[in-house]
Order: sequence, then C-alpha cells, then structure tokens
Amino acid sequence: MLTIKNLHARAEGKGILRGVDLEIRKGEVHALMGPNGSGKSTLAQVLAGRDVYEVSQGEVLYDGRNLLEMTPEERAHAGLFMAFQYPVEIPGVSNLYFLRSALNSLRKARGQPELDAMDFLHIAKQKAREFGLDESLLKRSVNQGFSGGEKKRNEVYQMAVLEPRLAILDETDSGLDIDALKIVANGVNALRHPDRAILLITHYQRVLNYVTPDYVHVLYNGRIARSGDKNLALHLEEQGYAWVEGQAPERPQVAGS
Amino acid sequence: MATTATRHDLFLSHFARQRPQFPGGGQAWLDRLRQEAIERFAEAGFPTTRLENWKFTNVLPLTRTAFQPAAPKLDGLTREKLGRLPLGRLDAARLVFVNGRFAAELSSFEGLPKGARVGSLAAALEEGNARLEEHLGRYAAYQPPDRAFVALNTAFLNDGAFLEIPQGALLEKPIHLVFVSVSEAQPVFSQPRNLILVGAGAQVALLETYLGLGDGPYFTNAVTEIVAAENTIVDHYKFQLESEDAFHVATLQARQARDARFTSHNVSLGGRLVRNDVNVVLDGEGSESALNGLFVARGRQHVDNHTLADHAKPHCTSHELYQGVLDGSAAGVFNGAIIVRANAQKTDAIQHNKNLLLSEGATINTKPQLEIFADDVRCTHGATVGQLDPDALFYLRSRGLPYPAARNLLIRGFAQTILERMKVEALRVELEELLFARLSGSQRFGEGR
Amino acid sequence: MASQTKDLEKLVQQEYKWGWETLVEADTIPPGLNEDVIRVISVKKNEPQWMLEWRLKAYRYWQTIKEPTWANVHYGPIDYQAIAYYSAPRSNQDRPQSLEEVDPEILRTYEKLGIPLREQEQLAGVAVDAVFDSVSVATTFKKKLEEMGIIFCSFSEAVQEHPELVQKWLGSVVPYTDNFFATLNAAVFSDGSFVYIPKGVRCPMELSTYFRINAQNTGQFERTLIVADEGSYVSYLEGCTAPMRDTNQLHAAVVELVALDSAQIRYATVQNWYPGDKEGKGGIYNFVTKRGKCQGKNSKISWTQVETGSAITWKYPGCILQGDNSVGEFYSVALTNNYQQADTGTKMIHIGKNTRSTIISKGISAGHGQNSYRGKVQVLKSARGARNFSQCDSLLIGDKCGAHTFPYLEVRNPTAQVEHEATTSKIGEDQLFYCQQRGIPKEDAITMIINGFCKQVLAELPMEFAVEAQKLLGVSLEGSVG
Repeated sequence: MLTIKNLHARAEGKGILRGVDLEIRKGEVHALMGPNGSGKSTLAQVLAGRDVYEVSQGEVLYDGRNLLEMTPEERAHAGLFMAFQYPVEIPGVSNLYFLRSALNSLRKARGQPELDAMDFLHIAKQKAREFGLDESLLKRSVNQGFSGGEKKRNEVYQMAVLEPRLAILDETDSGLDIDALKIVANGVNALRHPDRAILLITHYQRVLNYVTPDYVHVLYNGRIARSGDKNLALHLEEQGYAWVEGQAPERPQVAGS
Repeated sequence: MATTATRHDLFLSHFARQRPQFPGGGQAWLDRLRQEAIERFAEAGFPTTRLENWKFTNVLPLTRTAFQPAAPKLDGLTREKLGRLPLGRLDAARLVFVNGRFAAELSSFEGLPKGARVGSLAAALEEGNARLEEHLGRYAAYQPPDRAFVALNTAFLNDGAFLEIPQGALLEKPIHLVFVSVSEAQPVFSQPRNLILVGAGAQVALLETYLGLGDGPYFTNAVTEIVAAENTIVDHYKFQLESEDAFHVATLQARQARDARFTSHNVSLGGRLVRNDVNVVLDGEGSESALNGLFVARGRQHVDNHTLADHAKPHCTSHELYQGVLDGSAAGVFNGAIIVRANAQKTDAIQHNKNLLLSEGATINTKPQLEIFADDVRCTHGATVGQLDPDALFYLRSRGLPYPAARNLLIRGFAQTILERMKVEALRVELEELLFARLSGSQRFGEGR
Repeated sequence: MASQTKDLEKLVQQEYKWGWETLVEADTIPPGLNEDVIRVISVKKNEPQWMLEWRLKAYRYWQTIKEPTWANVHYGPIDYQAIAYYSAPRSNQDRPQSLEEVDPEILRTYEKLGIPLREQEQLAGVAVDAVFDSVSVATTFKKKLEEMGIIFCSFSEAVQEHPELVQKWLGSVVPYTDNFFATLNAAVFSDGSFVYIPKGVRCPMELSTYFRINAQNTGQFERTLIVADEGSYVSYLEGCTAPMRDTNQLHAAVVELVALDSAQIRYATVQNWYPGDKEGKGGIYNFVTKRGKCQGKNSKISWTQVETGSAITWKYPGCILQGDNSVGEFYSVALTNNYQQADTGTKMIHIGKNTRSTIISKGISAGHGQNSYRGKVQVLKSARGARNFSQCDSLLIGDKCGAHTFPYLEVRNPTAQVEHEATTSKIGEDQLFYCQQRGIPKEDAITMIINGFCKQVLAELPMEFAVEAQKLLGVSLEGSVG
C-alpha cells in the first residue's frame, strides 16, 4: 500500500529525514518509535503533504501512485488520514460542520453523492457514541478550548468518521491519562481491517499494551535504525533510546521486505 | 512599620534558636540553602502592599501577632478522631502531619505501588537522600522580595511529605496529605514543606488538606514542589479548611516536562487571612495545565489567589478557571498571570475568573496579567463579577424553596463547574457537603459529624 | 515562506472592484473653508435661518479645537483648506422630482454597484436613498412608506418638509461640540438620510442609504438622523464605495439615532470605501461619529458594521443607555489589508437601571494592516444591575500586520456585571493544512475559516447583506492567506 524508499527531507536547510525506507501493506499496523527530534513527526507531515518540508531525495508510492506529487487534499481524497500531534483550532467553525465538509469533499472527489445535514448528523452521533466522544464537542468550534485529551480523542473520532485506508497517528497517545489512552486505543483497534493500514507514531511504549502492532520500527537520526515485532518496544522501554544509538546499523533494515 | 520589623526579627530569632535542631543539618547544600533563604527573608522582610503582587493583601494582622513555633505533639489526636474530620475516611494512602510534624502512628500506606517512596521529609533529610539535593528548593523561588514567605519556609526546612512515584506507576488511590494544627495556649506557626517527584508516565492523584482543631490564631506557611516528568498525569487537590482565626499562606510550584498533564484544584473555604500562590512552569512541549480554583469567604475573611502559568515551551496548553463566592465583608483577590516566553509558539492559554458577591460589603479585586513574548499564540481571559440573579431566586422561592435554600442552590450551581472537574468522585461528594455546611453557617469544618 | 501563506496573501490582494469613476457634470464650489463657504452651502440648500446659525456655531467652535491624536492610526496632516466642501451633479440642481429626471449616468452608476433605483428593478423589500457626492439623488419606495406615516427622505428634504422634527432631534445625540470631526460635519454637512418611524409602527422593509463619493478632492460630510418613536421598529443599512484615486479623501459623517420607549433600531453598515492601493497610496479617510441614544425604557439599538474599505477608519458607534432596561449592541468585523489602518470599537454608557450591552468585535489584519479595537464600557452610579459582555477577537494573517486591543472599563455601581474576553490568533498554514488534510480544498478552507471567525457578526446582518458581506470579506482578503 505504502512504499517509502530512501526518503530524505529537510526543513529550513536542515536535514531531518536521511534515507527512510518503509513498506506498509494492507491490514498491517506499524508502530514507529524514536526519541525526540528523530524525525517521527516530520515523516508523518511529509506523508500528509505539509510543504514546510522539502523532499530532497527518495520516493513514496501509495497504491502505486507518486504520493509526493499529490496535494494534501488529493492525498486525503485517496484515503490518507493523519491524526495531528497538535490538532489545530478553527474558531467559529463547528466540529460537525467541519467534518461534514471534509466527508463531502471526500465523497465528491470519489464520485459519491454528498450527504445532507440530517444523514450526516445520524452518522456523526452514532460514531460519537461508538468512539466515546462527548456529543457536546460536536457543536463546539473545532478543537477550540478543548483539553489535550479531548483534542486527541477528536482526532480519532474524525478518523472513524472519514474511514481512511491509511491512517497515520502522530503521537496521539501523548499526555493522555490511562482512561483516555484506552479509548484512543480502542478506536484504533476498531479501525483495524484487512483493507486498511495504520502507522502509529509514538514516543511512549504504553499505548502498545493496548494496540498490538505487527511491526515496530525505531527511527533514529532520520533513519529507521531497528525494526522488529512488539518485543522491540518492550526492549526499548527497558533500555531507553540510548540503546539504539549504540546499535545503529550502517544500512537500515527494510521492514517487512 | 515598626511592628512589622519586630515580627520579622522575631522569626529571625526563632530561626537562630531552632537552627541546631533542624533535620539534616551539617550537609553543606542544605545548610547553604537554609542560610541563603534566611538571608533573603532578612533582606526582604514581610511583603507590604507596595509590592505589586501584594497590592491588595495586607499581612499586617499576621505580622502583628507574636507567633511561637508549634510544639511537636498529637494533643490526643487519634486515628478514630481523625476519621471524623473532613475527608478523614477518604479511601487513600494517608500521611498525617500534626503541627507540621509527621505522625507515623496516624498514617497509613495502603495501595502504594512497588518502588514508591512515601514518607516524612524530615526523615529523608536526616538520612541524606541524594534526590533532595537535586530537587528541594530548586523550583519554588525564594529570591524575589515578593516571595518572602517561600524564603521563610525554605529557611525553616523541616518536615512535610517527600513522595517519589516510580516511572510508569498508575496509582489507583489518591495520596492524602493531612496537615492538622492543634490548639496551643499562644499563637503558633508551622511550615510544612512537601516535595513530590513523579516519574515518567506515572499517573497519580494527590490531596492536601489543611485543618485547625484549636481556638485562637495560628499560622501555616506551606510550600509544595511538584516535579512531573515526561507524559505524567498529576491531579493535585488542595482543600484549605483552616479555622477562621488562622493565617494561611501557601505556595504550590509545579514543573512539567514534555507531554505532562498537571491539574490543580485549589479550594479555599477557611482561614482569616489566606494567600495562595499556584505557579506552574510548562517546561516541555505538549504539556498541559488545568488550574481550577474555588474560594468561599464570609465575615471578615480575606482570600488572595495568585496564579502563574509560565509557558516556556511551544505547543503547551493552560486552561484556568477560578471562582469566588464572597459574603459579609469578605475580601477576595484574584491575580492570574500568564507568561508566554519567546519560543513558546502555539501556546493555548485560557483564563477565567468568575465571582459572586452575596452582599454589598463583600469585595473582589480581579486582575489578569498577560505577558506575551511569542507571536503565534491564543490567549483568552475573562473576568466577571456578579450577584445572585434575583429572577432566579424569585423563581425558586415561588416553587416553595425558602430563601436560604434557594440561595444555596444558586451558589452551588455557580460552583458546579469547578466541582465537575474533580475526577475523584468521593472527594467531590465530600467537598459538596462541606460547601453546603459552610453555606448554612457552620463555624468549623468537621463539626457535628 | 510556504506557498500556503502566499495563497492567503494572493487572496487578500484582489483589486478593488468599485473603483471606476462616473463622468457627470458637477457643481462644485472651490476648495477652502470659511464662513462664506458655509453660507453658500446653506443658500444652495435653501435652508432656514436656524439651520445656518447652527452651522456657523459649529464652525466657530471648530476653529477653537484641535484634531484628535489619541487613535492608533498614522497619517500626514490634512489641509482643510484644500478640500472642496460641496459637490453635486449639475443635473441635480433642481432636485429631480422623479427617477425619470435623474441623470441616466448616475442611474447606471448605481446599477453597476448593484443598487437599481428604477421602480421595476428595485430590490424587493429594501427602500434606498442614494447619495451621490454631497447630495441625495433618489429615494425609492417613498410613497409606500408615507402611507404608514414613515418619513424616509434626504436630510435636505427633511429640513424643508419636516423642520420641527429636525430641529427637535438634530444634535441631541451628537452635539455640534462633540469632537473635531463631528463639529466639522455640523458646519458643512451636505446631505444624508432622515428617518422617522411613528409610534407603534414596524417599518415593513429595510431602509438603506447608498453613499457614493465620485468627485475628486471633495470631502463627504453626510449626516443621518433616525428617530424611532415609541414602540416602533426599523432596520437600516448603509453601504458606500468610491472611485480609486491616488489622493486621500476625507469622509466625516455623523449618524444620530434616537429610540424612544420600547423602540428598536438596527443599524448596519457595510463600509467599502476605496482603501488605497497595495503601497498604501490614496484611499478614504473615514472619520465618522455614530451614536445612538436609547432614550426610552426598554428601547434597543444595535450597531452592526462590516468595515473592509477606507485607508483609515476612525469610528466608534456607541449607545447611550438612558432608559431603564434598554439594550445596546455592537457587532463589528473590521478588516485591514495592505496598508489600511483601523481604530474602531464602541462606547456603551450605562445610565439607566438594568441596562444591558453586548460587544462582539472581530478584527482581521492582513498584509501590513493595523487593526485596533478601542472600546469603552461605562457604568454610571445610577445604573443598578447593568450588564455588559464584551468579546474582542483578532485574527492575524501573515506576520507584518498588527492587532491591538484597548478595552476601557469604568464601573461605578457595585451591582454591575461586566465580562470581557479577548483572543488573538493567527490564521495560517496550520489551519489550512489541517483542513486540506481532511480533504477540504484550500479555497473552501479559507472561506470556512474567515466565515467561522466572523459568524457571530454576519448573523446580525439582514440576510441579503450577509451574503454580500461574506463575499466582500473574501474579495478584500483575496491574495493574503496562503
């Protein structure tokens, strides 16, 4: 589904990604871990099409298409969703209206009929119940005045409504108490599907107690330094990222290849 | 002024006399810390209303009183009696301090995780715990002249709680720190000092309660330092339930690392002259503070709440709501400072202060203080001062509620937003009861239980 | 920086679409100001003696006062002797009695602006008074309104036809001594609209004045007076445009509103004077005094303004809440782009018991625009139970613009309840990228963000105009977000 080959990216002249290789297939859940500044969020943003990053080398194929040539909305239309590390506030635009605009944009791009307000409301409320989102948040402005936990839950909720094919979650588990973490994890698990892939970017191991990944990768210095199964995460938890530093291979391994 | 100078001297002489008995004496770092703090206090003296941060709070009534150090005694306090005090039966690990000293015989340590260190600061000081040197006195600044009470507490560093919560621990029960002042023939003071270190990824709820059992004035000067490591969840509750003759000054200083979430619930119901400082430093990306406050004062009570949310890193959030209910000739002060440092882009800061004045004689001084050095931020502040809605009162009375009940119901409605934010259910329920008792005019907390 | 910022900026940079000039022969008196000029204006308008005396009193007072400097706007000195104080289309010399007599060039001008004046094309449900330079050229639906006792005519006509009403209310809310620009207006005002709604009458249609500055080097000094008698209701809207010229032009208008017991006035402005070019050259100086007096019990005045034009805007529509339980409202969107400057806000003066006021101010700054909110809420000793809620939000687009908030609060009654909220935020790449990542195309995202920000204010405009205002905001912002 997603093939990243030797991806290099930089921001303001500084190299952040230095040759990332990653293959994600349908139905898989990949966890990407790494210390601060290793390039995790940059990778997510580059995949979603944030143009503050300049891709200097490498390629990314998504269902055989050149992802890097697509605009952010085209990527979204093609089923790529990113849960933001720091979800953005949009004052005066209700969560519900925002999400309906988003869903209808996707439907329009896919040649499906747009949903009217009533049909959409039905779906939105049902998903809110399923994904443990307080319904009052639907009427409030997008992310405005939300607590950190509410923002993160709102991201997972949006993901549930938009039903992406490839979901990238950028540190959605950070700063959550244990109850909120379980809700987010349940949301991710509910989306697991043979046709869907999930890239779970995290700084902390705890979320992997609730979402079992098929692969765990460690990003270090802009490259994937280690890949393995869920035990790699446990190992990291015990050893800390310093362990990776001492172990970083010359040629990064390609996961799942 | 002469009087103030005298009481300032009085504390200096107490310091000189008590110094040899302070725990952990002889450790160079500790001796130096106490020495520097007493020097700062000696220079600054007690704060006057000329200092911006003390503009509306005159501590003269406090400095005019000849306080003596509180004696280390239990005064007949037993577990049974303790259980009858407010929150005495809360399902929690409990550390009890009487007159500022740890009372092991009244404390219990159920439900604590493996590797947790929970106990007396004095004991830790005596044994020379290395973590203390690293953290104690490093967060609660005592240097500026308006921090003289922190300097005084730091100089007299003695007992309080020292808690170390290990990495990744998820505490199911809260940790309850109880500070009781028992009666003495003359006015006494105690200066509890707490240091709380929360390891990465840990989740914990903490409660401090302050109570007085005797008659007559006493003075509590407390300082709590909390260090929240990466991705921690710390819920801090402070219930100030002192007697209405008490002087209560307290500083809560928290430092948050990346992704740490810290919530403070600061409730003030008692005290004659009360000053709370709640300061948080958001010192890691993605950290979040919620500062909630509720103060209820009547008669001649004076309650001053100063808060500071210091945004030092990008992408941090602080949401603050302080609510005050003032009756009689009570005076309330709220000063909410938000600092957004130059690199703290994408800061999201919201601050609200809402006040309810129940009488013509009650006053409130409320002031937001925003210092913003970054340009991509969202800061909101709002303040309201209002009265009970006469239409709502009339409506309730026309439904048969007597005036006092109608009034209490509306006040409770007003306080509800704060109460709702308290996640520990048992705690919230008990606070609601205390609030009701208070509104119905009971003099002392824990009476008639 | 990123291409998204550029897109936002591009969106803001769209050309002013109303900048053409109409070629009509004009009767303009030469530039300069003295008592003779005032007498000439008065003679041209065939005014009664009392009107001339009021003008002269104002002029004499004006000579003793200085131009205010406290506003957060910067401009070179204005030469008041270089301005022509009267200009009228020559064809208008004897005011046309019917639309057939109006110069077809002028009719075409209004058509081009989207304000058809011919009877068969008139906007349904909107009566229009069209003011071209210094004079009113046409008023539609007059007859129909007259049947209900509503007076809606040009100010000049009101002076002739209803002198008792004009004399009673003129200057009762904004006295000729009020401030520098209002005093100047009192001395030289040329025309404007006059409205009187009799007791108990609910005006069945929107009343509207459309102002157009055409002549060069003239100032426009119109004066509007609206009196709503007991229990009446009126909704009023003004719009304005001007040709693009590279010199600055002065517009110093005065609007006075009076609401008697239980009367209600809604006054909306969509201000789109020429803002100057991208380098800040030219544009209108819009120095306007607007004030309403809720004189009667339970009366209500609400101001809604969408300010997108003018090089400089200096304007504080306010309410004097004199009657018990009276209500004042102020809803404002002010947008500054390129080198535009706006210092705008409101003044709510609570005098009566249980008076209430609401202030919602939304400032948008783009380019090098500077936007200041200046608001004063005053609760006098007598205003027991007064309430105010103020919300001032600023949106910055790009990093060369500025937003400033100056809230003043004076509370002299302890039972008052006053609430103030302020936010400053930046629109930009983050919000756009977030929308795009969810699949929403960029143009839609920009519209969504701006409309979301202004929603509370646009909701206060009459439906047809809300749509216009939304478009106007989009156009004025074109080229600035990206």
